[in-house]
Amino acid sequence: MKRNACLIPLYVWTAVFVLFPLAIVVYFAFTRDTGNGVALSFESFTRLSDPMYLGVILKSFKIAIISTLICIFVGYPVAYILARSKSKMKLVIVILMLLPMWMNFLLRTYSWLSILENTGLVNTLLAAVGLPKIRFLYNEGAVILGTVYNYLPFMIMPIYITLLKLDESHLEAAADLGANPVQAFLRVTLPFSVPGILSGVSMVFVPSVTTFVISQLMGGGKVPLIGDVIEQQYRVVNDWHFGSALSVVIMVIVLVFMYFINRGDVESNNGNGGRLLR
Amino acid sequence: MKRISKCYIGLVLAFLYAPIVVLMVYSFNSSKSRAVWQGFTFDWYRDLFSNDVIMGSLYTTLLCGVLAALVATVIGSMAAYGLGKNKKAKSALVLSVAYIPMLNAEIVTGVSLMLLFTLIGLDLGFFTMLISHITFCIPYVILAVLPKVRQLDWSLYDAAQDLGCTPMQSFWRIMFPELLPGIGTGFLLSLTMSIDDFIISFFTTGNGVSNLSITIYTMAKRGIKPEINALSTIMFTVILAILVIANVGAAKKDNKKRSMRI
Repeated sequence: MKRNACLIPLYVWTAVFVLFPLAIVVYFAFTRDTGNGVALSFESFTRLSDPMYLGVILKSFKIAIISTLICIFVGYPVAYILARSKSKMKLVIVILMLLPMWMNFLLRTYSWLSILENTGLVNTLLAAVGLPKIRFLYNEGAVILGTVYNYLPFMIMPIYITLLKLDESHLEAAADLGANPVQAFLRVTLPFSVPGILSGVSMVFVPSVTTFVISQLMGGGKVPLIGDVIEQQYRVVNDWHFGSALSVVIMVIVLVFMYFINRGDVESNNGNGGRLLR
Repeated sequence: MKRISKCYIGLVLAFLYAPIVVLMVYSFNSSKSRAVWQGFTFDWYRDLFSNDVIMGSLYTTLLCGVLAALVATVIGSMAAYGLGKNKKAKSALVLSVAYIPMLNAEIVTGVSLMLLFTLIGLDLGFFTMLISHITFCIPYVILAVLPKVRQLDWSLYDAAQDLGCTPMQSFWRIMFPELLPGIGTGFLLSLTMSIDDFIISFFTTGNGVSNLSITIYTMAKRGIKPEINALSTIMFTVILAILVIANVGAAKKDNKKRSMRI
């Protein structure tokens, strides 16, 4: 079997259904319908400087960054405990962490509404013990809860897999050389797990910054994000040019982000020696 | 595990499972409203099978998932096989382009494909959704198969030919069985991604063709039908059962080898 011939279907498929469509998006982003033909135009991008859209972009970033940080702080200990554990239950727990992903994410997110809404489980409980009701939903906090809930497993797994590769003898060596457990963690375990954290970050940040479903369900449309604006431009307003400009912005964000993640990954992958010495 | 660690893991699991448990419990609630509990019922499980909208979207989801996974597995596995022997630097360039649908924001992939289909005059529907699913599944197949290709022992391939196999025979008899686990993983990964997809399907389907995710999204605006909860409970239980059976099987094998070092 000719090996280069094996690549032809991939080349054709990628050219027609990946690269060409992206080129169309870029084309629409930099043009505008003038009435008598399409002309080169930066109008869509100048519209982005409108405080309303800038605010939406900033809010998307804010929510994605907060969600990613929460995922790191909540997920890292889970990955750490599981990776260091010798319990027989370990594999079962790892599977349990992944299992929710097999239930439709819209339904799981929607189910949070039954728990948190004004007549929901938590508020019913609060009322039963005589406490005032709390408005959990339809604000930024609820959107953050939704993104953390959906993407937490994507943070736990890469960190867990990286930490599994950590040789215990490195920690013993650190202890022999006088490091206390905290020092050993900060100078051996943490630097070792950086590639895992970085791939977790890329798996959480990109979908969080571009989501539109979670913001619609948990935010009740009151917390519009970039994804919501793009969806509106294509499905409601039918302004493909502006929608494409926003998509180009997202593509640039993703590219820049991936560049830094990859650089970090390469730097922290310079072999174990370099990592331990740092 | 120390007690604190156990509590922490327990809390995180409770967080992950709270909505799932609530959903499953409400699938047995005889009240249509999600706010009140009015007693136990199996009605939603009975109604589920006569609900054409839900059964139709289930059929669309499964058909699209299986077809997309099949095509993506063929294209992706071939590509991984072709890439495996290349120099890493050369394949890195191809890979970074091939992985675009996996790394890019889903909304951009969805929008770009919608523009393509609209411009070339394809009516949005099952076919366009299928093409889109194949597109985002291919990278996952490559991801699953490529490591297996890199582990191949090429001297076996040559040896088979020395012993009289044609190149085709030595590929199918010697190399292909080695790749099979990776190909299987790629297929299952694609199937899972396709069944769970919402964003890309949302932009690339039309004419009333909708998968489960889209049906749920449409329902969420007017209130989720309890039948959907019943369906999800069934699907979740089936997957749980498959995993338990698979792992009990694997654990038994392990026990026989006396290698229970988890």
